Amino acid sequence: MADQSLFLAVILFAIGTVGVLVRRNAIILFMCIELMLNAVNLAFVAFSRSVGIEGQVFVFFVMTVAAAEAAVGLAIIISIFRHLESVDVKDFNLLRG
Amino acid sequence: MSFEPTLLWAILLLPLTGFVVNGLTAFLAPERKQIPTLVGPGVVAAAFVIALVNFFRMSGAEHLDPVIVSYWSWMPVGSLQIDAALQLDQLSILMTLIITGVGSLIHIFSIGYMKADPGYPRYFAYLNLFVFFMLVLVLGANFPVMFVGWEGVGLCSYLLIGFWFKDREKADAGKKAFIVNRIGDFGFLVAMFLIFTNLGSLDFRDVFAAAPEMFTYGAPVVTAITLFLFLGATGKSAQIPLYVWLPDAMAGPTPVSALIHAATMVTAGVYMVARANVLFALAPLSSTVVAFVGALTALFAATIGLAQNDIKKVLAYSTVSQLGYMFIGVGVGAYAAGVFHLMTHAFFKALLFLGAGAVIHAMHEAFHATHKDWDPQDMRNMGGLRRFMPITWITMWVATLAIAGIWPFAGFFSKDEIIWQAAVHAVGPYAGWAKLIWFMALAAAILTAVYMTRLMILTFHGENRSGKEEAKHLHEVPPVMWVPLAVLAVLSVVGGWVNVPHEIADLPVLGWIPTSEWLHHWLEPLTHTADAIIAGNLGELSDTAPVGGGAGAWAVISFVLAAVVIALTARTLLGRSYRPAHEAAPATGFLRVLQNKWYVDEIYDAIVVRPVIATSRFLWRYVDQLIIDGLVNGAAHLARGFGAIGSRLQTGQLNTYAFAVIIGVILLLGFVVL
Repeated sequence: MADQSLFLAVILFAIGTVGVLVRRNAIILFMCIELMLNAVNLAFVAFSRSVGIEGQVFVFFVMTVAAAEAAVGLAIIISIFRHLESVDVKDFNLLRG
Repeated sequence: MSFEPTLLWAILLLPLTGFVVNGLTAFLAPERKQIPTLVGPGVVAAAFVIALVNFFRMSGAEHLDPVIVSYWSWMPVGSLQIDAALQLDQLSILMTLIITGVGSLIHIFSIGYMKADPGYPRYFAYLNLFVFFMLVLVLGANFPVMFVGWEGVGLCSYLLIGFWFKDREKADAGKKAFIVNRIGDFGFLVAMFLIFTNLGSLDFRDVFAAAPEMFTYGAPVVTAITLFLFLGATGKSAQIPLYVWLPDAMAGPTPVSALIHAATMVTAGVYMVARANVLFALAPLSSTVVAFVGALTALFAATIGLAQNDIKKVLAYSTVSQLGYMFIGVGVGAYAAGVFHLMTHAFFKALLFLGAGAVIHAMHEAFHATHKDWDPQDMRNMGGLRRFMPITWITMWVATLAIAGIWPFAGFFSKDEIIWQAAVHAVGPYAGWAKLIWFMALAAAILTAVYMTRLMILTFHGENRSGKEEAKHLHEVPPVMWVPLAVLAVLSVVGGWVNVPHEIADLPVLGWIPTSEWLHHWLEPLTHTADAIIAGNLGELSDTAPVGGGAGAWAVISFVLAAVVIALTARTLLGRSYRPAHEAAPATGFLRVLQNKWYVDEIYDAIVVRPVIATSRFLWRYVDQLIIDGLVNGAAHLARGFGAIGSRLQTGQLNTYAFAVIIGVILLLGFVVL
């Protein structure tokens, strides 16, 4: 059971990672990051069966932080959109050397 | 009862106060001319009165040691202890009297001369500042304090030569004076370093007390010290090779030429040699160099003076020549004689310059009234001025007779004494040089009589050449200008009577003025160490001239010679007719060489100025811009190049960064796992 769960978590995490690397839309990047977080959550829950309850507790922390991060991140994206009329990360290049 | 100075600090602070007050007036209310009129001459006259009080108290004191007043510690650095100290002794009080006395008269003259100038308060501020620094120079009790005055008078000289700085030529003349003086100041500084390393002190008292024990007669170190000191003196006192700035310094207002470039500042070098007489007495080679350079300058400048047409240029070369005489005096070891000529020269040369100022003033007003653009300083445009300016005419003749060495005028006694002392000291290893110096001094004396008579004839005698309309506007200067002339004329007559040697006083007619070797006795306490050194090493002094004849005989000969030369020159020149400057034919032959000052300025330009400029340009273009700037800029370019490569990594693209992070994480995981 734990093996299948961990296998699913790895697949979800890989999808999220590849999404972050290849997509340009900031909203989609955001969603991919959520996917990665939830893949980690799944791994925590899967491990909690064998290791202990702490894994499940950790999931709540991750969900809380993810919620806060989503709120702040969306606000940043809206703010950037107001300036640049775009959510394409290719256009966010102020740090280019 | 020993002597305590009265208000010594006030002698210095009064001119400084005058500078501050006049300087503030120049900034805040330049149109209020009554303030500088009152303050400018007032403070100098007040300083003169205090100096006079001190002088009389010193004369009355029973025994007179140099009074050293230390005000504060200036440079306490380890074993180097320098105080801001003043020294009042026989020599410094004499210099103070000359500076403040002649200085007051010149300040008063300036009221009339500069009255129409918009820079009137600024002028008096500079003049007061000059008097202050000159007093610091002569009253300082050690070399550094003297050096402060030395540099200060150089600064004021620069400011006053370039007083009309809107005229490019005048501003350049100021710069030339300043830069040429720097060369001399370098010598002064090196001499100070040498004195300190060898004697461990820079106070006059300690240095001159220690020198005779420290150095043997003719030791190389003391020779080096005195030669460097003399290099400083050639700059300040306009001797060969550094005399070239003084004729150009005539660009300043004429009273400035009288005060700074004739009576006081240019004599600083003579004062310095006389002050350091112990060191010079220990260095016979340096002393001979001093005397020979003096003689060469006296003769050389006199030849140039023969052919100049600008009245101030003649007087400038005359000053250079007379300074040469003073150096002959201090060079052969007759320090009192050098100082004596310094004093009488201050009287008659200040008078000559102020008289020339009066003439220029009158000529300028006449040309100004009729809008003629002729040069008011060119003697060829003058002529016959004695009818219009009788007081100036008479006083200037007095000065001319004095400088030419006519009995009983001041210059006769001082110049004759110097020439005689050169003859007397023609003994010892450098006797041949001294004989040559004696001969050169005699020749220069004849030339002096010629060029001064020429100046007087061209200016005051013959037909008036300024033009009919202009002649109507020519008139004598106001009393504020001629009264100082009259006072100086009196001094130019009696000034020499303070030091009449008994050889002259014993003569039948010339002996009308009694013996009074006052100045010799007055300066004796300061020169007796040097006199003893010279007497101990040179041996018996000569009592006849190199070609025979005693002091009395040569006094008569030089007097008769001067009188005959003046008469002959006057007769020859009165017989000639002159044309105004713009009609005159250009000089030819040797006269042209003299008129162009032996082309010395051109030679200096070719061998010094242009190589220096070319070297500077080379250093600027290639060493500075190419190598040094190249290294600095190259380092910057290199850093920037590496930065450009590094900055290629910073794409600003989120995905790239994320990719890099993930690669990094995978690598780390790989290390941990494997």
